[in-house]
Amino acid sequence: MTDVVASDPIDALPKEVSAAARGRHLVFGEIVSLYALSIAGALLLSGLLVYLTGGSARAVLGALLDGSILRPGRWGLTLGSAAPMLLVALGTIINSRAGLVNIGQEGQLLLGAAFATYVGVRLGGENIGQVAGFGVLVALLLAGGAGGAMWAAVAGALRFKRGVPEVLSTLLMVTIASNAVGYGLKKDWLLLAPAGDRSNRNQVSEQLAETVRVKRVTVFGNEFPITVFLAIGLAVVVAFALARTVPGFRLRMLGQNAKTAQRAGVDSARYGMAAMLLSGGFAGLAGAVMLAGGDFGNYQLVPGFSVSIGWTGLLVALVAREKASAAILVSFLFAGLRTGSGFLAATGVERKITGVVQALLVLALLIPPAFLYIRERRRALNASKERI
Amino acid sequence: MGALLDIIGNEVTYSSAMRFAVLLLFAASGEWVAERAGTLNISVEGMVLAGAFGSAVGYDLTGSTVAAVFVGSVAGFLVSTIQANLSHRLPADQFVVGLTINILVLGLVGFLDNVLEPTVVRASQLTIPVLASFPVIGPALFDQPWPLFLVYPLVPAMWWLVYRTRWGLEVRASGEDPNSADVSGIHVNKRRRQTIYVAGITSGLGGAYLVLGAVGSFADSIVGGRGFIAIAAVIFGGWTLRGSVAGCLLFGAVVSFRLSLPDQGYDGINTEFLSALPYIVTIVGMALFAHRIRPPAALAKPFLRGLN
Repeated sequence: MTDVVASDPIDALPKEVSAAARGRHLVFGEIVSLYALSIAGALLLSGLLVYLTGGSARAVLGALLDGSILRPGRWGLTLGSAAPMLLVALGTIINSRAGLVNIGQEGQLLLGAAFATYVGVRLGGENIGQVAGFGVLVALLLAGGAGGAMWAAVAGALRFKRGVPEVLSTLLMVTIASNAVGYGLKKDWLLLAPAGDRSNRNQVSEQLAETVRVKRVTVFGNEFPITVFLAIGLAVVVAFALARTVPGFRLRMLGQNAKTAQRAGVDSARYGMAAMLLSGGFAGLAGAVMLAGGDFGNYQLVPGFSVSIGWTGLLVALVAREKASAAILVSFLFAGLRTGSGFLAATGVERKITGVVQALLVLALLIPPAFLYIRERRRALNASKERI
Repeated sequence: MGALLDIIGNEVTYSSAMRFAVLLLFAASGEWVAERAGTLNISVEGMVLAGAFGSAVGYDLTGSTVAAVFVGSVAGFLVSTIQANLSHRLPADQFVVGLTINILVLGLVGFLDNVLEPTVVRASQLTIPVLASFPVIGPALFDQPWPLFLVYPLVPAMWWLVYRTRWGLEVRASGEDPNSADVSGIHVNKRRRQTIYVAGITSGLGGAYLVLGAVGSFADSIVGGRGFIAIAAVIFGGWTLRGSVAGCLLFGAVVSFRLSLPDQGYDGINTEFLSALPYIVTIVGMALFAHRIRPPAALAKPFLRGLN
């Protein structure tokens, strides 16, 4: 078939084939222009909003660029914020490829951070050595993953044992997680730091010891934690595992057609549960990375520690359309909006505008594929009618 | 035990429980209609918040609480049009759309709140003469800010709409068996969009009630996840209206305990546990009854003609 297309002009082909080939050319142009149009629409709307409220869209863009990459040291900060977003997105990609909807990453991340804090503070004392400190750091990261995985496992078990929709259970468990962590931060046998070294009774945990923290490297005056490399490495691993391994293939089969997967011998409960565990585990790991990385707070757990990174990571996965490689770029973009918003105060525009920009971008990127899908189906239906 | 009797006998308990339950009732009654059509709208949270902010701005502009309530319901409706048209005209995933809408509305409201800084007042109190003097529950039900009284006709109206009109029959058919509904000439996705508009309007009213009736001021954290509790109440109620109402009252009471118990001198109660309780109750309820209660058969399944 490809040979025919390559050697002959499209018109020489049989009627149906040529229509399909023409369609393909048309579709590519359509796709590009549709995406361009929707993204432009989203940015235009955001700009209009800034303009109508008396701000200057150009100043906002300049401030965002300055704050995220241009000013010295800023792209390091952006990388540091992007790492946990990317980790959350990777987990989300795994569960959505398996056809499951996990939207509770915010809670899984927070619980992971809490587990990591507990392990990091209990195992790593003040005077812990270099080697032991590294051991504790690894344990802390694993504990974070375990905490997130445990939280997602509850939703997974409810889904596969009791038929409770995982969309709702994961969402509802976000609030439960934040209350549980809030409770832990009030009890000194759990997370609360001993009252001795503080005058006020703030709900904060102890700080991680120096040697238990993630090492930070400096490149061209930009400092960032080395967990950035861990996140990118894991993105490559996830992309490879989903595309090229048998379990990855089975997960995708489960997501695309559960019936076919079952006939081919894929245990939907087992693989679904594994997907949920991995998804929660990645979110929990992101929480641990935030805690030990140093870009979020002062190496200690506070109420509201997750600062919407879980939600943003979920959006990253949606925008990246379930592709791990694309998630790397998108997480950097969204992290840039986050770090760049720190510079918005100078322009007099409220920094919450970045939340609007993010959400509008996501909505805009939902439209073209949906639109194309309908077009494609209409064509297929018409074609099947003609055949009859 | 004495403490429990104290709480049960206290009029304040019922007033504050009612205050929380009514917001849920507004949002849940519309979301119930939408779920009977086979849609599940996480964006209820955003619709309530938009309604709350809309009514605050509406009051700031007009100085009339009636106009403010109207503007609130319009704001809720506008948000619902995004959800309805992206996920039931175009086939975008309804959870993705709903979640994004919540983030969009939260950002937009936070942004605009700082620009416009609307000032609001509490709506005037309405007292039904004889009924309000009924012991224990009288004041809770009949001596309240006037927007609360909208909920009394609203809930039966929703029941009538779904069970006693042709439109309601078509809505239920769309939620149970969209393919059969489609071949019998019902425009499934149109009905679904319309039910989401209904949910948007009632959620907007809920937001207006929250600002004008319950709180009397606006902050962008005012809804704080209670839209999700409204969805939970519909599920908890097994997709029946009376069950949803019971769920709203129960969750409203639980949410209000968090504030009313410490007020009445019971300090030993764990506030985090009380905040999480509605969510825990919902999840446990779903786990226990998910087999016995039957959701609309096509709940949260998108409908595309000729696909199935």
